[in-house]
Amino acid sequence: MSEPAAPEVAARAAAIGEALPRGDAARLAAGAGRFVDDAAPEHALHAAFLRSPVAHARIRRLDLGPARSMPGVVAVFDGEALAAHCRPMCGVLGHLAGMKAAPQWPLARDRVRHVGEPVVLVLARRRAQAEDAAQAIEFEWEPLPVLAEPEAALAPGVAPLHEALGDNTMFEATVATPGVESAFAGAGAVVERRWETARVTAVALEPRGIVAQWDRHEGRLRVRMGTQVPWMMQAVLADVLGIEWDRVSVVAADTGGSFGSKIHGYADEAAVAVAARLCGHPVRFIADRLESFVSDVHARGHRATVRAAVHADGRLAAFAVDDLCAAGPWSVHPRGSVNESRHVLGLTGACYSVPEYQARIRVAMTNLGLYGQYRGVGHPLACLFTETAVDSLARRLQVDPLAWRLDNLLDDAGPWPRRAPAGATFERLSLRASLRECARLMDYPALREDQRRWRESGDPWRLRGIGLACFVENSNHSSANYGRGGAAIASDDGALVRLTQGGGVACAVGLTDTGQGTRTALAQIAADAVGVPVAAIQMTVGDTDHTPVSGGNWGSRGIGIAGEALWRAGCLLRSRLLEAAGALFGREAAALDLRAGAVVDSSGAALCTLAELARAIYLRPDRFPAGVLPEPAASAHFAQRDLDGVYTNGASASRVEVDLRTGQVRLLGHWIVDDCGTVINPLLADEQLRGAAVQGIGQALFEGCLYGSQGELRNATLADYLVPMAVEMPDIVVGHVGSPTGTSRLGAKGVAEAGVTGAIAAVVNAIDDALAPLGVEMDVLPVTPERILRAAGVLDAEAGSLPGRVRSRQNADDAR
Amino acid sequence: MSAVREPPERWRDIELEVNGERCALRVPEREHLADALRHRLGLTGTHLGCEHGVCGACTVRVDGDAVRSCLMLAVQAEGCRVETIEGASARDAVVQALQAAFVERNALQCGYCTPGFVLAAAELLGECAAPSREAIRVALSGNLCRCTGYQAIVDAVEQAARRLSNSEPPR
Ligand code: FES
Ligand code: FES
Repeated sequence: MSEPAAPEVAARAAAIGEALPRGDAARLAAGAGRFVDDAAPEHALHAAFLRSPVAHARIRRLDLGPARSMPGVVAVFDGEALAAHCRPMCGVLGHLAGMKAAPQWPLARDRVRHVGEPVVLVLARRRAQAEDAAQAIEFEWEPLPVLAEPEAALAPGVAPLHEALGDNTMFEATVATPGVESAFAGAGAVVERRWETARVTAVALEPRGIVAQWDRHEGRLRVRMGTQVPWMMQAVLADVLGIEWDRVSVVAADTGGSFGSKIHGYADEAAVAVAARLCGHPVRFIADRLESFVSDVHARGHRATVRAAVHADGRLAAFAVDDLCAAGPWSVHPRGSVNESRHVLGLTGACYSVPEYQARIRVAMTNLGLYGQYRGVGHPLACLFTETAVDSLARRLQVDPLAWRLDNLLDDAGPWPRRAPAGATFERLSLRASLRECARLMDYPALREDQRRWRESGDPWRLRGIGLACFVENSNHSSANYGRGGAAIASDDGALVRLTQGGGVACAVGLTDTGQGTRTALAQIAADAVGVPVAAIQMTVGDTDHTPVSGGNWGSRGIGIAGEALWRAGCLLRSRLLEAAGALFGREAAALDLRAGAVVDSSGAALCTLAELARAIYLRPDRFPAGVLPEPAASAHFAQRDLDGVYTNGASASRVEVDLRTGQVRLLGHWIVDDCGTVINPLLADEQLRGAAVQGIGQALFEGCLYGSQGELRNATLADYLVPMAVEMPDIVVGHVGSPTGTSRLGAKGVAEAGVTGAIAAVVNAIDDALAPLGVEMDVLPVTPERILRAAGVLDAEAGSLPGRVRSRQNADDAR
Repeated sequence: MSAVREPPERWRDIELEVNGERCALRVPEREHLADALRHRLGLTGTHLGCEHGVCGACTVRVDGDAVRSCLMLAVQAEGCRVETIEGASARDAVVQALQAAFVERNALQCGYCTPGFVLAAAELLGECAAPSREAIRVALSGNLCRCTGYQAIVDAVEQAARRLSNSEPPR
């Protein structure tokens, strides 16, 4: 195998590291997926919500009568009707000192606090009937002042959105090293970047959905939903219903993308669960796209000031960041709405050797929509803040940004492990090797030469730039993020493996597959651990009734944690099967091995196939010596205990052409080098990286939730909220640098988020690099054509003429 | 806000051909074709991503053309020949070649967009046997994939085109 792998894995690798196509892909390509809505019972009632059309108001009157008499309507619930039968959610993490949040009921009671907040739930025979009825509800409200800006929400004397909390600060924290002030005061040079990054949202192509049914014979709620976290949802929904966790079953359906949007306890889904219990019918709720925009979590809406200082000799002296985030009125349960900011605090500047550091983060409760996790969480922002400041430094110092980075990045040679100034511990990083590999893949010197020539003699309206970005990314998390804060999100994942009657291996793992190819990657791990072909593996995932507990898929943890549990369980099963074979054939088990589904001796000669061994074990126990009862099954668990998480790292690069006539940015190339340790399947890993990069490019150039002053989302349709399409995207070159983690036997680190983490910064740096002759830098995301033209002075300049420095160069050319 | 009462729902009987079979349906006049296919005929391979004509997840063929079934009312399909991904997968060699290439190149992740991409790509290959990568990207730009980086999709369409023009069988 050519892919990086931990030694124990490399010794057995037959499937691991192979670019195997997914076993379930043909079914999906044929349209035979079973997404949430596809397999709902035919008689299930359809749910539709009356959602708040205003961002902040007191509910004055709700008349449900007209809705109740509409055709097909079976039940109508308002907040009070459900509240009598459930408990609220509250997204507070107990280990974050000072964090505040208010209890959130499934439906609004007495006040609405964001556009799209569910107010009334209607159940009807058909969705259209439920929507008709929701529209017939008479809803009168009394407007309250809207807090649409985080600064306004935090201003002294402003009325709190939740009176009991006293003010609108959801969370704040600071860190500072003792010498940071004097480092800035005595610096050789200081650069400052201010950033305002638009909120974005995941836009999983299949919207959120849930089918819930109360089994009154067993006293159990059965749920099928699109989710990354079935076990978390078990606990969340059970707590809402006020029943034991074990009385909720959650099956993750085929799920049409998630990216962090399907890991929350949403009020509307909780309302459906409660209503299903009350009405006794199965209930299906499938969000439509319009309600997805106003009810899914948003992310990445920050305002930040970043400063970096260097000594007189150009070495990095200090980093500082002051960050303000506008969350929604509720902290999403159970993860909370403050983790992005925590990553900004923990990781700004962290790729570099930073002697002095200061950070302040504040998260405000506002009347904007719900706020939570989206692929990469705060890492892409920490990277954007850091890497744009680094490019500003390089411009100030007039040094090459690649060379400066290679001098100032943490040294791959160690010493490891190493603590970042804000406390994150890095097991081992390969930042310089990743950046060097990225520079090699893109042929950096040649691109710089092209740029130099282009600046001399190319079209002066079309400016070319190159951007680099280095990043770290936490994966394989311990309980430090959530469990220790009291959230019911498992850090320990289990795997069950057993020999089937036919000689295959049946595995059960609690992860989900929301598009990552989890089943295939897990099958590759199990196949090598046991010693069978991938085709012999049967994989069950994402089902609380039939798999061991799992934290689920988030934070690039799935393969690193659950994959490790599976590797261990598979190895244990192999040794048990070899013991059985040894007993059967009168051989020393230690001298046997399982390879490609056959028991072989040390010469490689086959003693039997696994199918034959299975027959012996299950059908002919009499063939075994007296007292020998084989154990053809195994279980293992794994949790990250050595560190709070295992940091992956990598480098991204982008090459752009900015057209000053139109403000359009054309991507000429994009590169990613990632260190995810052991690579299980490069075919899956590479397209994960590319897909994530495209989401990052989208955030850099197109995506943004546009809010009006009254907290109304002005572009809440897919026609108005722009996401990247094929024609705008370049081919993306992917490379790997491998340093398997020593915290597990498998050695795998996360891969699903790395592509997005560096992409935004790489694109922005490339645009800034293109615009460098004009002496301007971007400071708002997305970098739209209009913003480029304004920054470049083109929109304000007389039509048809080039701004400032470009014009003077053109004049010089003309004079020649 | 006061209630705006909609006039009562009106229903109509329609006849159409779906995946080669004649069928008679009774549908509300306001129901779009995608909902009728999904909920009345159980053809759930037609997906809904926006119901707004933007994402292409609901692509089906009507009288041979790829159309967005969220933008067409079921009653407008009266008398038409409708083919969904289920029917095309069973019978159309171009679609089958595309599906095989999508699997080999890992051109799908969640797979929610895939039926739409496959039908859109099949239409492209019907018009141009060997499209360039650029032409593939342009032709598929009415389809949203939020998971892949599009590159594997372009790879897959290229590969299927090569196979089909060489009459090379899928691996
Ligand atoms: S659902 Fe028809 S185009 Fe999106
Ligand atoms: S594979 Fe998920 S949207 Fe395309």
